[in-house]
Amino acid sequence: MTGRVEGKVAFITGAARGQGRSHALRLAEEGADIIAVDAVTDYASVPYSMARPADLDETCALVRARNRRIVAGKADVRDQEQLRAVLDTGVAELGHLDIVVANAGICTAQAWDDVSTEVWSDTIDTNLTGVWNTIVVAAPHLIANGGGSVIATSSVAGIKGLPFFAPYVAAKHGIVGIARSLANELASHHIRVNTVHPAGVDTAMSAGLGALGDLIACEPNLGPIFINTYPVEMVDLLDVINAVMFLACDESRYVTGLELTIDGGNTIR
Amino acid sequence: MSADQPLEGRVALITGAARGQGRAHAVRLAEAGADIVAIDIAAPVESVPYDLASTDDLAETEKLVAAVGRRVHAVRADVRDQDALDAAVTAAIAEFGRLDVVVANAGVISYGYTWELPEQQWQDVIDINLTGIFHTVKATVPAMIAAGNGGAIVLTSSVLGFRGTTGASSYVATKHGVVGLTKSLANELGPHRIRVNSVNPSNVATEMVLNPTTLGLFRPDLEAPTPDDVKETMSAMHPMQIPWVEPVDVSNAILFLTSDDARYITGVSLPVDAGLLAR
Repeated sequence: MTGRVEGKVAFITGAARGQGRSHALRLAEEGADIIAVDAVTDYASVPYSMARPADLDETCALVRARNRRIVAGKADVRDQEQLRAVLDTGVAELGHLDIVVANAGICTAQAWDDVSTEVWSDTIDTNLTGVWNTIVVAAPHLIANGGGSVIATSSVAGIKGLPFFAPYVAAKHGIVGIARSLANELASHHIRVNTVHPAGVDTAMSAGLGALGDLIACEPNLGPIFINTYPVEMVDLLDVINAVMFLACDESRYVTGLELTIDGGNTIR
Repeated sequence: MSADQPLEGRVALITGAARGQGRAHAVRLAEAGADIVAIDIAAPVESVPYDLASTDDLAETEKLVAAVGRRVHAVRADVRDQDALDAAVTAAIAEFGRLDVVVANAGVISYGYTWELPEQQWQDVIDINLTGIFHTVKATVPAMIAAGNGGAIVLTSSVLGFRGTTGASSYVATKHGVVGLTKSLANELGPHRIRVNSVNPSNVATEMVLNPTTLGLFRPDLEAPTPDDVKETMSAMHPMQIPWVEPVDVSNAILFLTSDDARYITGVSLPVDAGLLAR
């Protein structure tokens, strides 16, 4: 059977581990070559560790083990030039670009009055401006390719005002704005732009949100905002991957401007 | 379950399955491994300004599903008739032993300014497009809950489930209603692991759109417009600049939503609209 994205090339940010690595592996299994970037840099403002260079190496090894090619490099989504350097090298080597997964992001949990200036700007720069940077450096390649599919990772926090995540919520809402605008602007180039909105996903990021339980305990009336209507507490990486795959492949060839929730019905309560 | 047979061993019921989108869904879900219960009125409705499916059409759907190698149980039933639906579902479950997927697709459109609509014309659209889904849910959900296997329901809404237009208020009202029904049912059925989503297509290349009455609305300047004559007008509706999507594009979205790939996706309205709603 031919893969669902056979012969396509996918650019993925935050690809060293977590959701980004999983997208790379799944897209590779379905026939895509991969261009992978990750900042592999810790943030003073974020309490959990970011990916290491060895993690990005591991992503490369795992893609190659699936008999697909990968071009990977250290690039911070806050820096367009770093992104462009890796992406241009990747497209030169792999021939073209079809799929963009703007996935890189950080997340911290704190009450509004504990949001430092640094947390605010790091979150907005990485999660919002980073998505913008990713798409604007990639779009010329997609246009040259005659079309493509862009998927940006938003969140339930891109639809609901989750408490204790104000900078993250602001950035994830902003991603929806980028996607809606660019779905219109890029449609004439046959480029589709959609967002995915997972509920909590079991990764290093969510494991770093230990403060949330204490914050909810102090304001128990806010707890139900996090509850899903479907009987599942967190979604798996696999579930986000499957949604990204649908949006990346030609089965969704006329789907654009969609906010696709993978949230066990969290946002419809 | 294999990768190209994500619905293997499952049974899918589709209303409005004799032709158009419903037939495409029946064939696509059968290709994905499901046995099919195909329901259609296969008869005219007087207030609808284009021909509805015939018994021959329903027989053709049966043949196409059988050709894919899946079992098919085709029944003539009107979604306005709860008893007929109940009987069809009971017979289908007796034959296939289970029910996992429901695609409530049957629908019609008719046109006219709201204040000029004959009462019956308004009522037919409401009865088929909205109450018909209520009946379909009533006929199927209790057995799905009792079986305890979970399941997936997809309701066919439209881009007109989010936007208005002129001359189709009954259709717009029902398709908005379908979005509300989707969200309500997703909440009610979540605890039973039954997911409920809608698809919201723009123009689909079927008889509902490509009939003389509808084509005439898009090109009032022509006496007998053909599909070719409306392409430019319809393309202008969509950022992706295509006039319509094909039935299989909606089927692919439904296959995704009903497969385990979407096992935690519920309450979503998925546009298949070449960007119309992004505008």
